[in-house]
Amino acid sequence: MLVLLGVLVVVLGFATKRNPLLVVAISGIVTAGIDGQSPNEILTTFGSSFATSRSVTVFVITLPVIGLLERYGLREQGRILITRLARLTTGRLLALYLLLRQVTAAFGLMSIGGPAQTVRPLIAPMAEGAAERRYGKLPDKVRERVRSMAASADNVGAFFGEDIFLAVGSILLITGFANATYHTHLEPLKLALWAIPSAVCALIIHGGRLLHQDRRLARELKPLTTGTTTDTTTGTTTGAGTSEEAGA
Amino acid sequence: MIKAEWFYWLVGAVFIVMALQMFRDTTNPKRYGTGAFWGLLGICFVYSTWVVNKQAPAQPLGVAVLVIAALAGFGLTGRGTAEGTAPEQREASAARYGNKLFIPALCIPVVAVLCSVLVKRWHINGMPLLEKDSETLLGLGIGSLVALVVGMILLRERRVSVPLHAGRSMLESMGWALVLPQMLAILGAIFATAGVGDQIGKITTHLLPDGQKYTAVAVYCIGMALFTVIMGNAFAAFPVMTAAVGWPVLIEQAHANPAVVLAVGMLAGFCGTLLTPMAANFNLVPAALLELKDTYGPIKAQAPTAVAMLACSIAIMSVFAF
Repeated sequence: MLVLLGVLVVVLGFATKRNPLLVVAISGIVTAGIDGQSPNEILTTFGSSFATSRSVTVFVITLPVIGLLERYGLREQGRILITRLARLTTGRLLALYLLLRQVTAAFGLMSIGGPAQTVRPLIAPMAEGAAERRYGKLPDKVRERVRSMAASADNVGAFFGEDIFLAVGSILLITGFANATYHTHLEPLKLALWAIPSAVCALIIHGGRLLHQDRRLARELKPLTTGTTTDTTTGTTTGAGTSEEAGA
Repeated sequence: MIKAEWFYWLVGAVFIVMALQMFRDTTNPKRYGTGAFWGLLGICFVYSTWVVNKQAPAQPLGVAVLVIAALAGFGLTGRGTAEGTAPEQREASAARYGNKLFIPALCIPVVAVLCSVLVKRWHINGMPLLEKDSETLLGLGIGSLVALVVGMILLRERRVSVPLHAGRSMLESMGWALVLPQMLAILGAIFATAGVGDQIGKITTHLLPDGQKYTAVAVYCIGMALFTVIMGNAFAAFPVMTAAVGWPVLIEQAHANPAVVLAVGMLAGFCGTLLTPMAANFNLVPAALLELKDTYGPIKAQAPTAVAMLACSIAIMSVFAF
């Protein structure tokens, strides 16, 4: 039972926000020490498990090409693609972003989205703008919820999309761990395929919840009594306003 | 035959070259620590080949790994100012190349899948072209090189130093977090030899009636989520819960399909990530970025989805694993 102290070290380390790399290393030393390993054996364990788990880190090889493309405007192009969705309702916009985030993550393009890259400058202002176009100024509580839903679309899309890309850290961690610990052979491709059912469920569940936001907004807020013609003009002004805000 | 170890040497060489650039980067106040961190990592990548072949002792590698952890853990690494293109230049370039920019990026997964499905069967003089059992990994490497060549031709970029610099600055911005999954794999191996999983397994089998494989599925998935909530990271929960329930109970006793159990198990852990403030970069950082009054706003928005996805994970595993 004493070896469970190693788990406690990790929990305490993470709870007190120490550097995770250090926490994990110390927990490893503590656990191996309690297990009765000599310092020599502990170093051997660290060394040989590092050697067999290298596959987790090899995605580094993709960084130069992604970096090159970003220099030439990959993110900006992603932004242009998303801006084409500007005329949608809040719920539909967020659901589409969820889909886009899942699909790009499944192709390994994780850095195209993210809270700093797309949610703050683009998705949240556009989702708010879409609601304002229909209902005028939003109450603070509703505004907070729309922003929170925008953040959630990014997280859910990234989490349940990235595992379809076989070179992502978690897939390589699974194969690295299982192959090294249990002397078996697991193919990254098979694991990636089994991530697809969950990805579909996530799209249906979270996409459905995002679409439901439209009905919730309609129930909570009274629509502006303007017709469809003025709707488009207010739309453009709000759009411009929010993009200025995003630049700040 | 193309060997997986060659690919590891390439990755090691990339780390070492980038480390040399970091040593010379005077804009980084901690350039020596940063260079030492990545340079050491690169050397470890290459040296590991002989450790895997049992031709060299593993202890020096163990020492190096601890030094790497200490360099990051005591804040001796930093980052320089990235010299990139200006936003206007990038916008002009995006307007010029349009969606063509996505082509090189898509090369990586396409080549990787082709290698693991098609090239896998190619033989030269009776030897497989790609080392057996490493086809996907080699596919990733080949795909990245293909993508780099395609990208450089498409963008008419002649200097190899440009992608290397760009990659290095991404490396610096990820920092130690890049090594964490590997460190957690080491911890998982230590936990496994020390029997941490066995202990948790004993507790769970004590509570679990024998032969109830569907209850074990639920215990594994919910355990992954709960442990992730505590640790803030599904990567940390995975080795422990897998050694406790996933491998011994589901795969060995109940003969479940390992690919389904492990893939879905990890995703069950991600449901925990959606729920915990411990996963600060996913849940608290967006709240701050979006200037929310309620720091838990994103978690509240995600909670119903996380619970539903946990139920889905249990259902998917129950249906497809047996």
